[in-house]
Amino acid sequence: MTLPSSFRTGLRRSLLAAAVGTAVSGMTFSSAAVAQERELLNSSYDIARELFAAINPEFQAWWEEEHGEEIAISQSHGGSSAQARAIMQGLRADVVTFNQVTDVQVLADAGLVAEDWQDAFENNASPYYSTTAFLVRKGNPKGIESWDDLVKEDVQMVFPNPKTSGNGRYTYLAAWGFAENEFDGDEEQIQDFMRTFLRNVAVFDTGGRGATTSFIERGIGDVLISFESEVNNIRSEYGSDDYEVVVPPVSILAEFPVAVVGENAERNGNSDLAQSYLEYLYSEDAQRQLAGFNYRVHNETVVAEFADQFPDTELFEVEDVFGSWEEAMENHFEGGALLDQLQRR
Amino acid sequence: MRRIGDAPIVRRLLIGAALLLSALFLLLPLVAIFAQAFSQGVAVFWANVSNTFTLHAIGLTLVIALMTIPICLVFGVALAWLVTRFSFPGRRILQTLIDIPFAVSPVVAGLIYLLLYGRNGWIGSWLDTHDIQLMFAWPGILMVTIFVTCPFVARELIPLMQAQGSREEEAAVTLGASGWTTFWRVTLPNIRWALLYGIILTNARAVGEFGAVSVVSGAIRGQTNTLPLHLEQLYQDYNAVGAFASAALLALIALLTLAAKAGLEWRASRREAFS
Amino acid sequence: MSQLAFWRSGSTRVLPGFGLSMGISVLFISLVLLLPITGLFGQLANLSLAEYFAIITEGRVVASYMVTIGAAAVAALVNAVFGLLLAWVLVRYEFPGKRLLDALMDLPFALPTAVAGITLATLYAGNGWVGNIIEPMGFQVAYTWVGIALAMAFTSIPFVVRTVQPVLEDLPAEVDEAAMSLGATDGVAFRRVIMPHLWPALVTGTGLAFVRSLGEFGAIIFIAGNMPYETEITALMIFVKLQEYDYAGASAIASVVLFVSLALLLAINIWQGRFVRRLHGGKG
Repeated sequence: MTLPSSFRTGLRRSLLAAAVGTAVSGMTFSSAAVAQERELLNSSYDIARELFAAINPEFQAWWEEEHGEEIAISQSHGGSSAQARAIMQGLRADVVTFNQVTDVQVLADAGLVAEDWQDAFENNASPYYSTTAFLVRKGNPKGIESWDDLVKEDVQMVFPNPKTSGNGRYTYLAAWGFAENEFDGDEEQIQDFMRTFLRNVAVFDTGGRGATTSFIERGIGDVLISFESEVNNIRSEYGSDDYEVVVPPVSILAEFPVAVVGENAERNGNSDLAQSYLEYLYSEDAQRQLAGFNYRVHNETVVAEFADQFPDTELFEVEDVFGSWEEAMENHFEGGALLDQLQRR
Repeated sequence: MRRIGDAPIVRRLLIGAALLLSALFLLLPLVAIFAQAFSQGVAVFWANVSNTFTLHAIGLTLVIALMTIPICLVFGVALAWLVTRFSFPGRRILQTLIDIPFAVSPVVAGLIYLLLYGRNGWIGSWLDTHDIQLMFAWPGILMVTIFVTCPFVARELIPLMQAQGSREEEAAVTLGASGWTTFWRVTLPNIRWALLYGIILTNARAVGEFGAVSVVSGAIRGQTNTLPLHLEQLYQDYNAVGAFASAALLALIALLTLAAKAGLEWRASRREAFS
Repeated sequence: MSQLAFWRSGSTRVLPGFGLSMGISVLFISLVLLLPITGLFGQLANLSLAEYFAIITEGRVVASYMVTIGAAAVAALVNAVFGLLLAWVLVRYEFPGKRLLDALMDLPFALPTAVAGITLATLYAGNGWVGNIIEPMGFQVAYTWVGIALAMAFTSIPFVVRTVQPVLEDLPAEVDEAAMSLGATDGVAFRRVIMPHLWPALVTGTGLAFVRSLGEFGAIIFIAGNMPYETEITALMIFVKLQEYDYAGASAIASVVLFVSLALLLAINIWQGRFVRRLHGGKG
């Protein structure tokens, strides 16, 4: 309040003008900008903003060096099924980088993504992967090491609702996969295990971020279950002194699938760019950045560099236990399927 | 002359209760937002606000609100005039129809626009073949914002104009004033504060709308990202300070419009006192 | 022409602008409101009647209706009392901080609902500013239906205040002067003289608050806990269907909310019309 008022008004005006100016120029001249400079739109899941904000400039520099062309990359982030829905309804994304196989499959079923998209890139078109892991409070007071520790009477869990979150679905499937192995496929025992498991949930947030808030900021529950990458990010974000990461000895492999949205890329004249962009994610540089964000990667040099960051753990795939994603969705998550039955009272 | 509730004890009791409850219920959340926004100091707050993408989001949000207001204003006044000054079959239904936006969950509101104007919708597919994109561009954001905010002006005016009745206007018209003159000279002065409330509410809601906009915007940073969407992304990305800085800006915009209203009221009351 | 003349004959013969205002209103309502709603019904056409009823009467969905309606009713009633009090204080009294209080009223609209939700959850959770005072006293707000009602009340309070306020402001001073001069006490005068003028606005505002609460999503999910059968709201059920790409299912549940809300609003409007007519001795 010590500033002279004319200065304050001036400052306010210029800031407002800058804000309105950028918006208006974006509204009217965006098509002109596209004509000068190709623009790639990457539609991604909601917690990947920082990740791609780090990778994109590297790719832009690499592309310019290789092809002598300056390009722009735009990002769109949201829940991965909301993103897929947007693309089906006309969001002109050139590539998708999702955290749910089913959400890319939906696009393939709609004919926007090639049917054999999983063969278009290495490792099932998943340049990086993760698994489901636990974040517990300091000293791990409830002694949680694996899935069967979670069904103890005094344990309370926080993980996102499998109905609304892919992250939550992985947690559910990981627990089921563990039980399937533990009880030798005895359906009744598995279901008992799962019923207790679901009953120990303290809060069902709709997404991973909400679950984190409940666990960290509201102090609810003894364990937060999420992707290993997330759990590590959260721990470094909120103080490594207060929380510990536990990677269970057996867990599920979580793929982060990528695909070119063929129709859009063609329409935007970006087919080559889109293909290169996704291939770039497999390059050593990109893999190193991904590992830095706590994702597990395939590049052997990088794997060796980050070896002590990712404990050895037995990872099973959805296909191993549930046949396919399609079957898993149908038998477990659709309305009236197993998840609903297990939660019924 | 004494008025109802003028006794000092009643007065103090009511004001006290109102202040206490508002402090707990409304002021505390506001304080919490600003506390979070400034939790890492003014410099971090400022860095978050002056970021290019935040500036763009602020600009887009304001532009959308500025475009929404006149449209809702014309519609609101026309509808309020229609249903309070004339009686005709279907009047109640018309009056109820404008409440549809209140009855529809914002996400569903976004969805119905998407289903109609999106690539697979029956208008959208035609637009697509003509390479016109409404959804996932600013026109889509404007459309759903209008949908969500259009009842406010009408809703403010209808009860008031109903309570006032139309005698003054009838008198003016009988004395030979034209329709527009009657409206400007008789109706408008009577409804101006309600109209202003309506605009403020429209503005507040337009600036803050998240659910419907999130469905049709595509949330492309630097292009179709409004401030509430930007905020959500920052929050998802564990940038809580950035998210609350945006929230603080939204709260500030609301408070500024209110301050503008208070200023206008004050100036008007002074002019009346002098004349 | 004769039909038009009949339409206009109701209450007013002299005022102009019927055609213009009718034109704008009908055009706007058709394009902005009704046309998109057809999309919703287009989705419903994909369902057979049996499927439709199966979706909307599913156990978990029905439980969510109960939670939503119960919490919305509580929120609306609280808002009716609180909103009336606030409107009264803002219109009738001068006191320091009045402008600020007035400004605060619109805050819930301006804040994106998700921010409201996160903030309320922060305040009322066991370790929040308010939560750590009231939870030891045995009141748990966050993650119970009380939290849901709280979030609903927060997002819809401006409806009551802003609907009642202008009517109260418009009430001529003579009205209560007359009542007071007849020697009535404050309470009686308020009930007998002021309330009849306020009823339409108060009921409308409360009704709008209730209806708004039925559809609210963003503010609630953060504080609700979202446990099946206990704290799941109907808007969440719609959201779940959308996540499953089940537009038809989402539209089915949304249509229930829409019908209930519209029926309620229509009832309020009809009642309000009657009431006003009675008040003005036959004038609408």
